[in-house]
Amino acid sequence: MGHDAPTPDAAASVDFEQVQSTERFQELRKRHRSFVFPMAIAFLLWYFAYVLLADYAAGFMSTKVWGNINVGLILGLLQFVSTFAITGWYVSYSNRRLDPIAAEIRNEIEGHEFDKDGNRVSGVSK
Amino acid sequence: MIGIATAVDVADLKETTLLNMGIFGLFVAVTMVIVVRASRNNKTAADYYAAGRSFTGPQNGTAIAGDYLSAASFLGITGAIAINGYDGFMYSIGFLVAWLVALLLVAELLRNTGKFTMADVLSFRLKQRPVRIAAAISTLAVCFFYLLAQMAGAGSLISLLLGISDWGGQALVIIVVGALMIMYVLIGGMKGTTWVQIIKAMLLIAGAAVMTFWVLAIYGFNLSDLLGGAVETSGNPNMLNPGLQYGKTETSKLDFMSLGLALVLGTAALPHVLMRFYTVPTAKEARKSVVWSIGLIGLFYLFTLVLGYGAAALVGAETIKAAPGGVNSAAPLLAFHLGGPLLLGFISAVAFATILAVVAGLTITAAASFAHDIYASVISKGKADADTEVKVARRTVVVIGVLAILGGIFANGQNVAFLVALAFAVAASANLPTIVYSLFWRRFTTQGAVWSMYGGLGSAIILIIFSPVVSGAKTSMIPGANFALFPLSNPGIVSIPLAFLLGWLGTVLDKKREDIAKQAEMEVRSLTGVGAEKAVNH
Repeated sequence: MGHDAPTPDAAASVDFEQVQSTERFQELRKRHRSFVFPMAIAFLLWYFAYVLLADYAAGFMSTKVWGNINVGLILGLLQFVSTFAITGWYVSYSNRRLDPIAAEIRNEIEGHEFDKDGNRVSGVSK
Repeated sequence: MIGIATAVDVADLKETTLLNMGIFGLFVAVTMVIVVRASRNNKTAADYYAAGRSFTGPQNGTAIAGDYLSAASFLGITGAIAINGYDGFMYSIGFLVAWLVALLLVAELLRNTGKFTMADVLSFRLKQRPVRIAAAISTLAVCFFYLLAQMAGAGSLISLLLGISDWGGQALVIIVVGALMIMYVLIGGMKGTTWVQIIKAMLLIAGAAVMTFWVLAIYGFNLSDLLGGAVETSGNPNMLNPGLQYGKTETSKLDFMSLGLALVLGTAALPHVLMRFYTVPTAKEARKSVVWSIGLIGLFYLFTLVLGYGAAALVGAETIKAAPGGVNSAAPLLAFHLGGPLLLGFISAVAFATILAVVAGLTITAAASFAHDIYASVISKGKADADTEVKVARRTVVVIGVLAILGGIFANGQNVAFLVALAFAVAASANLPTIVYSLFWRRFTTQGAVWSMYGGLGSAIILIIFSPVVSGAKTSMIPGANFALFPLSNPGIVSIPLAFLLGWLGTVLDKKREDIAKQAEMEVRSLTGVGAEKAVNH
């Protein structure tokens, strides 16, 4: 045990391997990874596609669409839009699919109840 | 009121020096009072390093924006767009998209597993000593590069505002800025530093918003007309197209790719950004803070697009390049053009505050890493009490402050966004592979971590030393010499994949297995938040 790891009393005696092997935890792990990995790959591909276009297809990016607004500027602004959209999507996914299970497992281990924001509402305080 | 100053006469700027200093002095006075008040409850190590974990998500998100929107973002990007057009916009996009890596893969898991520093997480299930030392060394290296960039920004700004172009005068002002920063961090710790970041972020975003609105108003809120204005002033239709800076040769195109890679992968590995996730009570608040910072940072980078092209249209690239401070003076010159001395004074004070706040954030990160990872864990083998550790941290602050002042005095007038991009490349190479592997790859071992961190750090720094940044070009740090064996000015495209490869290779070749119980504990903790440190109540 690393002496710098956080070690509040409630978690000190937990058999983490056992928790890790439970179905609930495996479900949480699966839900987390099946969202963040594909999403990370998707936005990185979209970002690098954009960088490659700016780098090697300057002619295409310079195509004027409306007034002085060209394809490059629109794709650049779309990077902003996609970043905001993915952020929103992740937050709503976590709230719906991850936080409830995480709170449930934490609750079982620490013997406390948590409200929907993850704040402790009952149980012994340390 | 538009057009108080129709042409920017750089000589006029000197007359506004007193006003600039007055506004800056006011900022220092107000923040100092807040820092002193905020620090009354600094008792424990958790108070000093992590502000008692008492900040809310929105507060911390604003502070992250304050930490992240450095002089590089404000002065550097505006200047880069004003001079290089579309290629400068690339920085804004890379710096923003990078936050998704932090949001999806790092922030919450890190908050749940660590305590004060990046090394807490990296050494959680691996061997403490070697991993902690490697993580602390890379933290110190990244902070140093970042500090260099901020201090170079301070130098540019000072030469513009005070019209001080002699070496001694600039050095004196850098010493004053450095001394102020040391005081903030010594007195305020993380709580004081966080409040400085919050105030500065709000001032910076408000100032940029006013200028953006003003520029757009001049062009009748028509972005296309603004872009047309930039093309007209510069006389170069390619201002709006990619390739002005990086499209010249095949090597420069590769450099653009390298920059893009470093920008997007660097953020989630910056130690001073990672440390901010510890100032909130839960992982959920960590998530909220990233969401806030993505919103604020995204908004700000949209402003820089208008400000950069606005400076190109209204001030002109030639005037910017000729001004003291060069490329980095685009934003202050635009402020002067728009609102005369008063707006220039406000914007310059904000830019100063920006540098001060970011330098304070970097310093506390570096000091925490030295005191917590090297002194407490390695030198005194965990026997030092928290009081001694904080004492060591405070002394480290002074040492780092002095180093930052020296670095600032010797840093040259290169674009600060560019220098920061180097810090991003070093961070992405040295830290990101180990962060990702240790959170997501069960099999990852100590040998993999050590190979990846030293390999990434070493290759990035060696490639920078042998790059055109240091020698062999007119804009190099040592223009007289030529030992530029590596053609790219950003090492990311080589050093980042190399570090990932070394992490994999070191693990696969490692005959030792890590403790599976620790792996289970880290995974359960990181996803559920079991046992994560809660807020300290006073």
